[in-house]
Amino acid sequence: MAAAVEARRHNLDVMVIDEQATPGGQIWRSVEMTRRRDEVLGPTYSEGRNAAELFRACGANYRPNAQIWQLEPGFRALFTSEGQVGMVEASKLLLATGAQERPAPFPGWTLPGVLTVGAAQILLKNAGEIPADPVWIAGSGPLPLLYAVQLLRAGGQIAGYLDTTPKARWREALVHLPAALKAPGDLLKGLGWTSMLRRRVRVIRDVCSIEAVGEHRITKLRYRSGSGPEVAVPAGLLLVHEGVVPSIHPALSMDCTLKWSAAQDCFVPVLDAWGESSVDGLFIAGDGAGIAGARAAQCRGTLAGIRAASKLGRLDSTSAERVAVPSRRRLARELAIRPFLDALFRPRAEVYAPADRTVICRCEEVTAGAIRAAASVGRPGPNQVKAATRAGMGPCQGRQCGYTVTRILAAMQDRSPEDVGFFHIRPPLKPVTLGELATGIGCATDDRQEGEFRSNDSHVIE
Amino acid sequence: MFRKLHESDRGPVTIEIDGEIVPAEPGESVAAVIMRASAPWARLTPNTGSKRAPYCMMGVCFDCLAEVDGQSSVQTCLVSVRPGMRISRQAGKRRI
Amino acid sequence: MNADVIVIGAGTVGAAIGYGLAGRGERVLVLDGGDRDVRAANANFGLVWLHGKGMDMPAYYFLTRNSVDAWQGFAEELAETTAIDLQYEHDGGLVLCLGEADFEERRSSLLRLHNQLEDSSDPDWEMLDDGAVRALLPGIELGREVSGASLGRRDGHANPLRLLASLQAGIVRKGGSLRGGSTVHSVEAQAGGGFTVGFGSEKLSAARVVIAAGIGSTALARQVGLDVPIRPQRGQILVTEKVMPVLPLPTLDVRQTREGSIMIGATHEEVGLDCSTTSEAAAVLSASALRQFPGLRDVSLVRQWAGLRILTPDGFPIYAESETHPGAFVALCHSGVTLAAFHAGILADCIAGGQLSEELHVFHHRRFDVPKAA
Repeated sequence: MAAAVEARRHNLDVMVIDEQATPGGQIWRSVEMTRRRDEVLGPTYSEGRNAAELFRACGANYRPNAQIWQLEPGFRALFTSEGQVGMVEASKLLLATGAQERPAPFPGWTLPGVLTVGAAQILLKNAGEIPADPVWIAGSGPLPLLYAVQLLRAGGQIAGYLDTTPKARWREALVHLPAALKAPGDLLKGLGWTSMLRRRVRVIRDVCSIEAVGEHRITKLRYRSGSGPEVAVPAGLLLVHEGVVPSIHPALSMDCTLKWSAAQDCFVPVLDAWGESSVDGLFIAGDGAGIAGARAAQCRGTLAGIRAASKLGRLDSTSAERVAVPSRRRLARELAIRPFLDALFRPRAEVYAPADRTVICRCEEVTAGAIRAAASVGRPGPNQVKAATRAGMGPCQGRQCGYTVTRILAAMQDRSPEDVGFFHIRPPLKPVTLGELATGIGCATDDRQEGEFRSNDSHVIE
Repeated sequence: MFRKLHESDRGPVTIEIDGEIVPAEPGESVAAVIMRASAPWARLTPNTGSKRAPYCMMGVCFDCLAEVDGQSSVQTCLVSVRPGMRISRQAGKRRI
Repeated sequence: MNADVIVIGAGTVGAAIGYGLAGRGERVLVLDGGDRDVRAANANFGLVWLHGKGMDMPAYYFLTRNSVDAWQGFAEELAETTAIDLQYEHDGGLVLCLGEADFEERRSSLLRLHNQLEDSSDPDWEMLDDGAVRALLPGIELGREVSGASLGRRDGHANPLRLLASLQAGIVRKGGSLRGGSTVHSVEAQAGGGFTVGFGSEKLSAARVVIAAGIGSTALARQVGLDVPIRPQRGQILVTEKVMPVLPLPTLDVRQTREGSIMIGATHEEVGLDCSTTSEAAAVLSASALRQFPGLRDVSLVRQWAGLRILTPDGFPIYAESETHPGAFVALCHSGVTLAAFHAGILADCIAGGQLSEELHVFHHRRFDVPKAA
């Protein structure tokens, strides 16, 4: 949204293609819908309302409920919306497709009743709904803390909070504390959440393994903490979270160069100071550029908008640098806490080494054991393992299993994840029907537009 | 598994899930309604017929697929309810 | 020597040859390239097909027929060795015709081919009118333009990815070696006989070497005196979500896998080594599939991929032994799945025995040499 607003300020023609029905992405999901949940959700959420208002007013061509299934160089975006195929061309492309929760498979994670913490938070934002019974939360990171607090504010109940953050992380994170103290606001917020949680909820720390048990839905939760014995508790709903990783599929489909971020344990796109990727004219902003939260996303979006305008001759580079100063300052402040948070909530090793019986490809129901068996012949990369096991061939195209396959191979072959690589990502980025394909592309809207495409929220470009 | 905090303040709508009429709030996703249903699941997998329910609520897991107004394999977490919408849970492989 | 035979390339062709050699007690090492190397094996449609093949080269028809007839036994042995079911079905294959002219053209083309064979046995195909086609495909709506089809009795399909996985596992089970991530850059004849094969910073030697590196074979083959005229041709394929079984027989360009997904192929594009997929191809392939089976219009596309066929000037395989470097062989084709039984069987026999049999000499690439004008 910030990039669109900035680009419009410089009179660029902007189209925003949004997979969601209304602006806001995930952090500000359904923010225009109602004010009734503001108190429960907290101030960061309501900030999104302003942003959405500015966006609506800026004159960008907003296309909600549209899923991009193919991106082509130059740039061209093919999308479906309400059963019709649309096509748009633009000289600059911004991917603001955000992030997703880090896939962290464990036995039973595919059972109905196991959801991500992010999913529960979306249900709160979009539908004002909370768990009907006391809920189990298992994970590590700021998000489960925030959700627990929001849930308690809303009158919900938490049966227990399994903190999977390894004990050692506090010590590892201390070295980054001085930098985080430069912008203490978020730190204080986090401390407040943690203390509220400890006062009102049973917290079990140093949890090293979890398992969801049940026949057609979760009925029991098993966990181990520290060196303790396995504990089993009844559970009808389990929310899990092991951090957030940038959404990389659209970037990969355009052959953007990615690199491995050891600090955030994930692939991130290689970007210059304006957010431009290795592909000329293709920008990436928001959590898709690297996990940093809503305010940092606005800064990055604004910077991309400025640079796009500058490259299209709307302002010279000196003016661009000048206009960029406030955003750069704000971005630096927002990024100050990141090294501390990244170190504090670095996932435990077990997240990347699921037991053989764990389903790791949800779509094709392929187990970790099957991956390891295929990987023992030859010395294959992820694409060969995909060909041999079907992992990654389902509709999610590796969004839930790609990282796990890469990490299993890395462990077996004693290579870094960067060295192993990731699935080769092809269109369609989202499903499209044969009928739409056959009839749509020929007579699709062919809007020749100069300027920036932007897309808000999960999914491609704009 | 989930319940609403408040009644809909914009006039409730009703949708149909496998024949059962259920209340819904304009603007919420179909998946949200499924998570309130007495049978909170969306589909059976085509490979093994295992039950799946919404997992990520943001379009990256594809476990919330169901038939919406006659169209199969729709990601219900990305579709907002409309009055009179008909949802069918999807059993295994797609029918044509 | 590190091995009796080094096979360069562990795609469908190389892996089948390697499997056949290992099964014959040869000490075989198969070297495969990197994870992102161009691999036709990952982009195969999966047909095990005979009818309509071999126009103007009867030897190819007979080669294919032998392989197709041996496929069942080949698949069974692989399944026994590796516990991987290749999902091979051979109840026949159809080529649908759209309109009357298409039907007539198909029939006369097949007749011409049959006459070239000078084979006394009945043709392995028959023409069916649209009613007969509908009777064979009761579960799916046929397009209005469908006027009939040719049905090949011996034709069928299998899972090409399982075939590859099974062949690779089979090499190891039978005592051979398979090394991935080992892109070969040099093949040199050794003074006393045999060859040294270089990959990365390593070198290994073998009495014989087989170059089956698909589109990457040209440079390597040249090093052993084999100038193979091959070119890449891109084929794009669409794959849908899993559907209830509706298509019991494969057609030349639409088949349903055991898992339920429907594959739609393929384009024939001359674009060099470009493996990207295009929205134009998606549109064309979808439209073509819907002309045959309009009922598929609401089925979702889940994957689209592209592969590079290894094409020779006449489209038929090249099997050759080098004259300047005896013991060096090359095996190139674009029907690696259909010919897998042949590659693992007769061809492996020839290489184990040190020379290609008489019947295979017709597949040498000297057939492409233009005779010099007097």
